[in-house]
Amino acid sequence: MARMTMIEAVRSAMDVSMERDDNVVVFGEDVGYFGGVFRCTQGLQAKYGKTRCFDAPISESGIVGTAIGMAAYGLKPCVEIQFADYMYPAYDQITQEAARIRYRSNGDFTCPIVLRMPTGGGIFGGQTHSQSPEALFTHVCGLKVVVPSNPYDAKGLLIASIEDPDPVMFLEPKRLYNGPFDGHHDRPVIPWSKHDLGEVPEGHYTIPIGKAEIRRQGSAVTVVAYGTMVHVALAAAEETGIDAEVIDLRSLLPLDLDTIVKSVEKTGRCVVVHEATLTSGFGGEVASLVQEHCFYHLEAPVVRVAGWDTPYPHAQEWDYFPGPARVGRALVEVMEA
Amino acid sequence: MSDLDRLSLHVPEPAVRPGGQPDFSNVKIPKAGSVPRPEVDVAPEEMRDLAYSIIRVLNRDGEAVGPWAGLLSDDELLAGLKHMMTLRAFDARMVMAQRQGKTSFYMQHLGEEAVSCAFRKALVKGDMNFPTYRQAGLLIADGYPMVEMMNQIFSNESDPLRGRQLPIMYSSKEHGFFTISGNLATQYVQAVGWAMASAIKRDTKIAAAWIGDGSTAESDFHSALVFASTYKAPVILNIVNNQWAISTFQGIARGGSGTFAARGLGFGIPALRVDGNDYLAVYAVAKWAAERARRNLGPTLIEYVTYRVGAHSTSDDPSAYRPKTESEAWPLGDPVLRLKKHLILRGAWSEERHTQAEAEIVDAVIQAQKQAEGHGTLHAGGKPSVRDIFEGVYAEMPPHIRRQRQKAGY
Repeated sequence: MARMTMIEAVRSAMDVSMERDDNVVVFGEDVGYFGGVFRCTQGLQAKYGKTRCFDAPISESGIVGTAIGMAAYGLKPCVEIQFADYMYPAYDQITQEAARIRYRSNGDFTCPIVLRMPTGGGIFGGQTHSQSPEALFTHVCGLKVVVPSNPYDAKGLLIASIEDPDPVMFLEPKRLYNGPFDGHHDRPVIPWSKHDLGEVPEGHYTIPIGKAEIRRQGSAVTVVAYGTMVHVALAAAEETGIDAEVIDLRSLLPLDLDTIVKSVEKTGRCVVVHEATLTSGFGGEVASLVQEHCFYHLEAPVVRVAGWDTPYPHAQEWDYFPGPARVGRALVEVMEA
Repeated sequence: MSDLDRLSLHVPEPAVRPGGQPDFSNVKIPKAGSVPRPEVDVAPEEMRDLAYSIIRVLNRDGEAVGPWAGLLSDDELLAGLKHMMTLRAFDARMVMAQRQGKTSFYMQHLGEEAVSCAFRKALVKGDMNFPTYRQAGLLIADGYPMVEMMNQIFSNESDPLRGRQLPIMYSSKEHGFFTISGNLATQYVQAVGWAMASAIKRDTKIAAAWIGDGSTAESDFHSALVFASTYKAPVILNIVNNQWAISTFQGIARGGSGTFAARGLGFGIPALRVDGNDYLAVYAVAKWAAERARRNLGPTLIEYVTYRVGAHSTSDDPSAYRPKTESEAWPLGDPVLRLKKHLILRGAWSEERHTQAEAEIVDAVIQAQKQAEGHGTLHAGGKPSVRDIFEGVYAEMPPHIRRQRQKAGY
């Protein structure tokens, strides 16, 4: 076991995968010699050579398009999109190509690629370095969508994603890279080295895609969250004193519906939290599923807490970010309903 | 400022519209045999002229002339002729089948048969094409069974793609034919990635990318050239310039660039233009590019100058946007007739044998069609299962799709 930040955990996952399988290649903007703007690929080029870890031109459609071609050949590309906000030029390649190659060729060709991309706000990144586009991926059949909330999960899920036979969108909440950020931006961040989930095995292990994890057992209300919002939800539960059960989805697609249903049947209440904008966000999907599967157990309407339906602002970041106060108010609201 | 006119927008127009006299005086046709053949390791800047000329082998008399001639034997040329004739007969039958309601849609190759049929012969087993919807000659010339193609076109119970794809969007890894998307240009950059992978693995295989004149305007075309140029990928970047993108003439995508081939020059990619209706020229240029790729010298861009004689698809009527007689005025002729003439001149073929071969080929196509129709057509007979809708979205079916399949009653 070692203590790792989420950056080190992600790097370790790629290192372990490249070591075990010559077909794993890593590339993207600034990922080669320099090791990525968040340093996730640092040292991989020196260790594995520049034909297995290299810099790419600033062309996301080119990065994803070539990765698809490499996968058709038989490689397992794990590429970095520098910010999730930059994936839009590649959206055609992701949605109409990567997601459908297995289906349209009836398995003659497949597309085992991983697109890693830092997601979410909290770093004063403004509207083009803060977005959470996960719902644009969960709406696409043929993709898998993974969002880890801590270093241990990040490594196990990334190795599982690289080994997966289908395309995986791997969204890394960038505000969690260095510590479990709970939304209290005015307090010092606890580093991962002081957190249990910063303890990460150095070797190979996987966490299955499609399995949620309960981060806090509780009986009053179920909070469904993923990524940064898991830590915000935990803080909100502590601060309100409401005995919330906090589910960390880890994978949005496939979704661990059983864990959600079991919890809501127990608590009778549900709050869904995400940083992405509210309308047509993934919370709408969760809320629908909860009412479809748990309607007769519900004591109160399902409540969503999300980013406002506006672009992500710069100076007003903390008024936009759904912090523990907003999540806490939702918990109170759903308990009083 | 006062001495300047106000601005005006330039919108290119084709030379002629319906009702006018076809005019190809803007297509400069060099004499067959007049374009030099550089060594494959020549520096791209030393062969820039080849992006503006047209490499031709067959002259008006049917002779093979110049430095690009002399690569193919009688038997190889006869096989090539039969592939083109087969593709033409196949197209004719399938257009008819679409009109009879046996399928929803079809796209034919009329006038462009030489491009894909000759190109296939410059590749070897294991190489990979990333085709568009108008390169079925790659399959025909590689011996892919016609009945399989028809099963796909009819979306019947033996459709290798289980009814999921539009007709003619074939896929065959075994025959080096990447699954056709139906999107435009996406495959171009994928081909570059496949070629990069072959180089990463120190393999010997090469890739071929395919695109039409109109789709070169897509950003994926330009991404592909950047990546191919940067990593010197072993890929042949093919542009089939058949003059028309549905109703839009090639000038809308080409803009101020003299030729499509010239797009490669800014990327430092050797670029050639070739007579796309000349089987020998297409083969010779493809072979040159394949050798460059296999010798690790990097990508080559090839523009095939040809003409789409037929409609874009069975959903299109070209008489609405170009003169009906335009194809007859096309100065590079018919690829089948030109190769036939050459073979007769060589003493390897005759009018009688041609007529006989035509009959045999039509018969073979009809036999394949009968066999395919035995497995059903789009609205009659055997068809893929509703279950096939839900299979194959992922390697392993996730629970939510399983629930939906059950809801659908399967």
